[in-house]
Amino acid sequence: MENLDTLLKELNLTPTEYTRITGELGRQPSLTELWIFSAMWSEHCSYKSSRPYLGRMPSTGKDVLIGPGENAGAVSIGDGLAVIFKMESHNHPSFIEPYNGAATGVGGILRDIFTMGARPVAILDSLRFGEPDDSRMRYLIDGVVAGIAGYGNCMGIPTVGGEIYFDSTYRENIIVNAMAVGIAPADRIFLAKASGAGNPVFYVGSRTGRDGIHGATMASASFTEETAVLKPTVQVGDPFMEKLLMEACLELMKADHIVAIQDMGAAGLTSSAVEMAAKGGLGIAINLDRVPQREEGMMPHEIMLSESQERMLIIAKKGHEKAVERVFKKWGLDVSRIGILTQQKQIIVRANGAVHARLPLDTLVDKAPVYTRHASMPAYRAEASEERPSDQIPEPADYHKTLLGLLSSPTIGSKAWVYEQYDHSVGTDTVIKPGAGAALVRIKGSKKGLAITTDGNARYTYLDPYTGAGIAVCEAARNIACVGARPIALTDCLNFGSPEDPEVMWQFIESVNGIAAASLALGIPVISGNVSFYNETEGKSIYPTPVIGMVGLIDDIATRITPGFKDSGDLIVLLGTTLDECGGSEYLKLAGGQIPGRPPKVSPAREARLIGLVHEMNKGRMITSATDCSEGGVGIALAEAAIAGNRGAEIRIAWQFRPDRELFSESQHRILVTTAGRSLEKFKNMAHKYSVPFQVLGRVQGTHLRLDGLLDIPLEELRAAYKKGP
Amino acid sequence: MTRARAGVIVFPGTNCDRDTYHVVESTAGMEVDYLWYERKTLRDYQIVLVPGGFSYGDYLRAGALARFSPVMEALREYADRGGLVLGICNGFQVLLEASMLPGAMQKNKTLRFICREIHVRVERSDTPFTLLYRKGEVLSIPIAHAEGNYYASDETLRHIEDNGQVVFRYVDEKGGVTAAANPNGSVNSIAGLCSAGRNILAMMPHPERAADRLLGSEDGTRLFLSIKKALR
Repeated sequence: MENLDTLLKELNLTPTEYTRITGELGRQPSLTELWIFSAMWSEHCSYKSSRPYLGRMPSTGKDVLIGPGENAGAVSIGDGLAVIFKMESHNHPSFIEPYNGAATGVGGILRDIFTMGARPVAILDSLRFGEPDDSRMRYLIDGVVAGIAGYGNCMGIPTVGGEIYFDSTYRENIIVNAMAVGIAPADRIFLAKASGAGNPVFYVGSRTGRDGIHGATMASASFTEETAVLKPTVQVGDPFMEKLLMEACLELMKADHIVAIQDMGAAGLTSSAVEMAAKGGLGIAINLDRVPQREEGMMPHEIMLSESQERMLIIAKKGHEKAVERVFKKWGLDVSRIGILTQQKQIIVRANGAVHARLPLDTLVDKAPVYTRHASMPAYRAEASEERPSDQIPEPADYHKTLLGLLSSPTIGSKAWVYEQYDHSVGTDTVIKPGAGAALVRIKGSKKGLAITTDGNARYTYLDPYTGAGIAVCEAARNIACVGARPIALTDCLNFGSPEDPEVMWQFIESVNGIAAASLALGIPVISGNVSFYNETEGKSIYPTPVIGMVGLIDDIATRITPGFKDSGDLIVLLGTTLDECGGSEYLKLAGGQIPGRPPKVSPAREARLIGLVHEMNKGRMITSATDCSEGGVGIALAEAAIAGNRGAEIRIAWQFRPDRELFSESQHRILVTTAGRSLEKFKNMAHKYSVPFQVLGRVQGTHLRLDGLLDIPLEELRAAYKKGP
Repeated sequence: MTRARAGVIVFPGTNCDRDTYHVVESTAGMEVDYLWYERKTLRDYQIVLVPGGFSYGDYLRAGALARFSPVMEALREYADRGGLVLGICNGFQVLLEASMLPGAMQKNKTLRFICREIHVRVERSDTPFTLLYRKGEVLSIPIAHAEGNYYASDETLRHIEDNGQVVFRYVDEKGGVTAAANPNGSVNSIAGLCSAGRNILAMMPHPERAADRLLGSEDGTRLFLSIKKALR
């Protein structure tokens, strides 16, 4: 059976899985059926390696309306509104074809949001690239940024934030994670759960072509030298079509015409049909002859597996067919009734008068394989010493040069060269624009606003996955607190190498545990998420890269806090404890190019107290600015606050240890705040109440950043270094 | 007294229609309607706005397809009779493609989309759109476009300048016209242009995004208040 072996390999199914299929069916599957299995049982659709662990993350809370498992999660924000959000990866396609890979990543996540009846209000992108010093990487960076801009700008949804890290670990596998946030009436959220046998199934949006066949399968395999030939499997985005589709869907959803809706994302028509019917405990029969097609002679499996973009599958109410057709025709979109819901829990696929697939849904969904992969601690982690790597580097002779070096490094430096290509002001709601730790988007018609951020330092996660993942959650929460909001929920995008590699699996499990522990301790539910495995090339994986997307709520947007220094004379206060923690830091990378050692320690309990303190201080309007201490430590936080506020500072620090280690230590759970002198005593008492260490570093003053004889840099010079760009 | 009535044109792909509607209604206190692109008459309106976005995806060229929409015939007729028309961003591009204003748009000199706060100088305060500004005043208003590099032939340009049709020019913070302050490479740093009859204004910066202190600038507010005053 050499042919079968070749086919299974192409479909990324193992011989064992094939045996399982024939066993379940009691017969050989047809070609179309086998393709359906390959999609539904792919890692991407079935989460077969990750499912046993994802349940460890807390996903409930009193405001959670919809948790993981739907197109996106939803949380109540009062006033009858819900915020709906999710983050998703589009790593593999973006590496193969950066513009369209990134563009369709944005398109896909936006569909997940408006599918649920929410109007998207913000996009964020978390990107990881190799060092930006070779022309191929520049091509990838330019393409990805242009793709995100091309899609989001045309849709008229502001791209308000995100982050970018550069590290050689991503040389052969870049990371493109897109997050979208929308707002919907809390009592009108649409789900992908079918109901009512006999209800008609509508296909709407773009026509189906051969693009993207294999997409879910591609995302479930590693890159090899032959990856370049996969280019045709990358979908092509059409944001104009998606804009029409979004407006049409939102218009249709104003009245009661439909019972369920799902976008055709990974595995296209197959997964949307199977999942909607299965969730509703029903069956579905579809006729492929009625699917609008843009190419001739497509095989049934090609239509079923196509990942052509900008398409939706809708279950309408019987008798409301005309209304559905009217709305989509108004917007100039294809709309076709392609099938019907059935009592029998099967998917039946017909084409050219013949049945090409008849499969029980529980076999496709519930009986999909689940693997408990072998996991073992990698040697590098087991051998990592506790000793401080910073002991091995000499104290800098010139702090001026070191600070400017850090400030102009690609990861720390201003990302204006990226976000100025994104329309971040459309929608007239972006109150805190890109460049701060979190963006702030107001909700028109109320005083409220949403703070949104993405975070994830993969060097920490590489050195210690549990700690690094916990830090990502804490840092996101801290960024939300720094603009005056309180975190309400998070989404995660877990980017890892191959789950078949025990060391990667260990990284994955540890990371999930780290996220679970931190989100539990901080009381922030995980309401949606995405797993992207196989981010490896020729057997070399990326650093484990869990990315956290978090949303916070501010009740009165007038109480927001911004990062820049405000008034001359304000006291500059560091909240939190600085330890000698340079492991995995930007400083070490700059000094030696290596990242040995251990990451900073994490304590969600301390984070919770810190956030509580900032929240209470802000209630008393005692904070004039807040900047999170992260990459580059206090040194960079001071520089960023000075640049953002266009104000200098006079700093005097009673050094606990060598100044460079203290200044650039990346100890967690620290925030740099400013306050008017008269609030000092109150402030101190409050910090004491929350058991948060409190240290006055100096004053906002002049037009230089001056530090104790170590530094004296004019603002202009700081700004020039910060804005230099890679 | 009945309130002035404004119409906001919606082409497939328009995406600043809701922002524009919101500001005209809340800032200028007008009655506002969305005008679907298939509409054939605009008689009920005192002002028609052509908002920003990507009409027809900006495929082919920004604004190139929108000009064939049924509503454009009506808009031309409306403007010919002296009706007020304000085109913003994509609206500017559409009005140029429809030859309702002279010149053309090219891609930004950087070849990239640019979203940024910029400064413009008010060159004329005697149009219905700029009554409440002082001539020479510098405004902070965001731009967000990929094709805002205004071009006109030397002859046309001379004509436009002689006629005083340039309403806004890109300048630095202090009001100086410099190459560095010109974000997209527009000739003569032109950011906004009116018709010879002063009843059509088109501009690349987005005044509707600068009409709220919360968003960083209120400099665009008076543009909408000027219209209201002009219509009184």
